[in-house]
Amino acid sequence: MPDPASAAVILMLVGLQAGGPPPKRQGELLHRLKHDCGSCHGMTLKGGLGPSLRPDALAGRDEAGLADIVLHGVPGTPMPPWGIEISAAEAAWLVARLKQGVTP
Amino acid sequence: VRAAAALLALLLPLAPAVAAEPPRGTGDLGLIVERALGSVKIVETTHRTALARVEGLGDLSHASAVFGRDGRHAFVFGRDGGLTKIDLLEARIEKRVVQAGNSIGGAISADRSLVAVANYEPGGVKLFDAGSLAEVADIPSTPLDDGKRAKVVGLEDTTGRRFTWSLYDTGEIWSADFKDLAHPRIERFAGIGKLPYDALVTPDGRYYVAGLFGEDRLIILDLWDPDARPRRVLDGYGRGEEPLPVYKMPHLEGWAEAQGLLFLPAVGRHELLLLDRVTWQEAGRIAVHGQPVFAVARPDGRQVWVNFAHPSNDVIQVIDVPSRKVVATLSPGKAVLHLEFTPRGEEVWVSARDSDKVVVYDTDSRQQVAEVPADKPSGIFFTARANRIGF
Repeated sequence: MPDPASAAVILMLVGLQAGGPPPKRQGELLHRLKHDCGSCHGMTLKGGLGPSLRPDALAGRDEAGLADIVLHGVPGTPMPPWGIEISAAEAAWLVARLKQGVTP
Repeated sequence: VRAAAALLALLLPLAPAVAAEPPRGTGDLGLIVERALGSVKIVETTHRTALARVEGLGDLSHASAVFGRDGRHAFVFGRDGGLTKIDLLEARIEKRVVQAGNSIGGAISADRSLVAVANYEPGGVKLFDAGSLAEVADIPSTPLDDGKRAKVVGLEDTTGRRFTWSLYDTGEIWSADFKDLAHPRIERFAGIGKLPYDALVTPDGRYYVAGLFGEDRLIILDLWDPDARPRRVLDGYGRGEEPLPVYKMPHLEGWAEAQGLLFLPAVGRHELLLLDRVTWQEAGRIAVHGQPVFAVARPDGRQVWVNFAHPSNDVIQVIDVPSRKVVATLSPGKAVLHLEFTPRGEEVWVSARDSDKVVVYDTDSRQQVAEVPADKPSGIFFTARANRIGF
């Protein structure tokens, strides 16, 4: 029987292969994206007080760097750190979805 | 057959009288923004019911509304630059223009002839004739290095045909009188501080109060004094402590003035700041459940109701103004976004976005008296706003 840590790693890898977080959590993340991120970035993500999060605006931006912004925020701006409730893997999934283009 | 025809002839003159609604006033009407559907629900507060839904208003995230002086027409400001004039009695869109790419609310002149919209993209203020929605003025904001223009926030109407607003990116307040539309008189005040994010005007229309995101202070401008300059108030209210991250920006418009005090959000803190309206000194603080988003005074000023930023946004708190104490903590539903008092304040409507409902409370007993279903409700706006400065 694997120890809990390696079980967690295996589960995470399975999750990533299957396309990210479990479907219910994906729904929660997309809801958060539309309604809470949307209060500054616009419900259609074309920008507001915060910048556009559409694929054309994110083109050429490093995915790891963007995930880092989601998790840790941008000091000196209103962008807060979402790491309080979003994991690194979930942030990476959200950034990948944003770069592909997502209609939350 | 003849008998039936005779009966029909008797009934026919009655038919229109049965079908037509009796004439009604608009004093108990209002609308609820359904942000995700791009619709508004027209509601009445006497029986606490929804009368109709009007669709096709575009992206209504962060939408707000002002009312014409007849209390019959609402002007809804959408995020996507849409400005929609709604006839509340006929429950239909009377006019709609998409006047910019990205917007953040608006205001209406005291004579209700001019509707002004605050735009992010392209940054500036546009004015429209309230009757036809024809554009009558365009005031571009300060250009930025990247070729864009500064975003407009905190657009407020005061007296006459005067509007005052702030520029988020460049830290300015602009105040303009459109008495002569062709030659507006615009005063520009630069260097007010970092990232003004919203503003309010006191209920008498005298003071414009801007909140700063980047500094621990607020800025006031005396609109009655032609020589006034913006001045700092509540300077250093954070006392050097690091603010908490802000998951939902506070809104200043609609913030409370009660008993000579302004109740203001401390950005990044679980506190309301009390500001004395005469001396402009801090008059105390009230610890609350989370970071305040809206604090709204009951029209008589005896209570202030407060909602909060994510992730503490499932409750609403009631402050008793004379004792300055939190006297109730209520749970209307998930993601409480906005609240609106009935004109005399005996009831308050509270939107719970993620519970798809608006909850109505008796403000004295704090008991729930009704629920009105709505799809992802956000802003609630009643026609009594037509008669208030800065609403």
